[in-house]
Amino acid sequence: MQALHIAKRCGVFVLIVWLAATLNFFLPKLSGQDPVRSKLLQQASLGGYVQSGIEDMIKVYDQRFGLDKPLWRQYVTYLENTAKLDFNYSIANYPRTVNEMIAESVPWTVALLGLTTLFSFALGTFLGALLAWPRAPAWMAWLMPPLWALHAIPFFLLGLILTYVLAFQFALLPIFGGYSPGVTPTLTWGFVSDLVSHATLPALSIILVSTGGWALGMRGMMVTTMGEDYVNFAEAKGLKSRTVFLRYCVRNAILPQVTALALALGQVLSGAVLVEVIFGYPGIGTLLFQAIRENDHFLIQGIVFLVIVALGLATLVLDICYPLMDPRISHRRN
Amino acid sequence: MQGVLRYLSRNRSLLVGIGLLGLLALFLIIGHFTVDLTKVRPLSARPLQEPSWRYPFGTDRQGRDLLAVMVAGTPLTLRIGFIAGVLGVGIGTVLAFVGAYYRGITDTIIRGIADIGLTVPGLLVLIIIAVSIKGSLTVNQMAMVVASLAWLYPTRTIRAQVLSLRERGYVEIARMSGVSGPGIIFTELMPNMLPYLAATLVNAVSAAILASIGLEVLGLGPMESPTLGMTLYWVNFNAAMINGWWWWWTAPTVVIITVFLGLFFLTVGLDELANPRLRRSN
Repeated sequence: MQALHIAKRCGVFVLIVWLAATLNFFLPKLSGQDPVRSKLLQQASLGGYVQSGIEDMIKVYDQRFGLDKPLWRQYVTYLENTAKLDFNYSIANYPRTVNEMIAESVPWTVALLGLTTLFSFALGTFLGALLAWPRAPAWMAWLMPPLWALHAIPFFLLGLILTYVLAFQFALLPIFGGYSPGVTPTLTWGFVSDLVSHATLPALSIILVSTGGWALGMRGMMVTTMGEDYVNFAEAKGLKSRTVFLRYCVRNAILPQVTALALALGQVLSGAVLVEVIFGYPGIGTLLFQAIRENDHFLIQGIVFLVIVALGLATLVLDICYPLMDPRISHRRN
Repeated sequence: MQGVLRYLSRNRSLLVGIGLLGLLALFLIIGHFTVDLTKVRPLSARPLQEPSWRYPFGTDRQGRDLLAVMVAGTPLTLRIGFIAGVLGVGIGTVLAFVGAYYRGITDTIIRGIADIGLTVPGLLVLIIIAVSIKGSLTVNQMAMVVASLAWLYPTRTIRAQVLSLRERGYVEIARMSGVSGPGIIFTELMPNMLPYLAATLVNAVSAAILASIGLEVLGLGPMESPTLGMTLYWVNFNAAMINGWWWWWTAPTVVIITVFLGLFFLTVGLDELANPRLRRSN
């Protein structure tokens, strides 16, 4: 039945991808906007004089982008292109393709978000487990209120405050960007430390906020787990406190945390987009921000689609790996 | 009354939540009567003034009095959150009850949509929606955009709650005594869900405010309205941080943090009220 479950999950994934593509295609059509026309008119008005022949230009561009064909034909072509991961040209930065632009910024986001999410998940889970453990050092109790309070604040607001204190007032860290202007990216020690110092503030604001959430969740699960009979039994048996903590409590309480991780990825990403915008970090979020400013529909759609697919994949992988962590679930019906 | 006070002294989270939101309400009410709200318009004050007696919160680069912006803009942001939250929880409650009580294919579909929808990064879908209806978004339209996804989470959590409630003995008895489906939902299930629904609502309002501020910071909000998120958009747009205009972002940041902390502690407090097992015995 393992295969059936995996097949089902893959089916859901395909459904997500299809829905995302369809949404991407039809929503802008529903609005009755014409990106080609608005871009041309915008450029004409920037030029400062009324241009003749705009209608002809629109017609040519419509042909070029296939916008003169019937809607269903466009939809099929769109799905075909999407399946090939071809998102056409960027409208604002023609002749660059959407793929080129996304490919440039993806590594930044993956590195920042991947590392911070894993780190805060591990740290938060660990802290949460200790917070619920009666034999943990007493000062741990003082961690709770600040963790709670931080958890309620949006990523980017904390980012603003951190920037002001650490980067503006004390000038410990750079304020803006992914690396210092004028530096060529090379694999040298100097460049790497420049990268790290630029990433510290965005990373810190994500970690500080999300660690609290993981700690809260884990603490709740730990309290429930510690009330279980098998934990009592383990203690009565005289097992070492450490063994009871790690092998009996944490081992079982961590399972819902992993499920929560799969669900939280989307939220973390939404928050991270804004963090990137605030810090001018050259990832997906900043690219999206620019695309929105420049009304670059193809770029916006490409980014949204790719992110949804990437997150869908991550959730799929987590879900398929889940039985490895929890042997009770082997997707077998009895 | 005394009972309420005694309960509040035990439920500190609820107290802190109500306190923070009360402070904010006080600020808004007093501000509403004492502050000249025409000063929210650009060019109504000298631009870029540091906080002083005349402009306690300072002024921004376009010449808005930031005190007036806070007094006029905070209710707008709260309104977006409230409309979207109420719609989200309302739709979510109906779907959850219909799904969880009657089960069957309807339930499978509702659960499927909610589960799939939740794994998708909400802000990005909202961006696509907001970009599609750009033009000039009003505050109410903004609320509708946010509400379009705000029902997913409530549906999921309320459904789980109803599923456990419907197996209780008293529901069983009502069913055997021939009470109809809607009758059971409204007289047996709903009253027991009320505190939980309240906690879910506060949570949904908070999430909706977060989503609306996110959209606004990205420049997809109501451009002409002085909401908290739009203020932050202008902060970012004018690079106030690098230029050292600290007062410009301090005011909205403090207000937003108060809102979120207040709502967060209110949820925690209501959770405790809804779920007596969490109550500490002392």
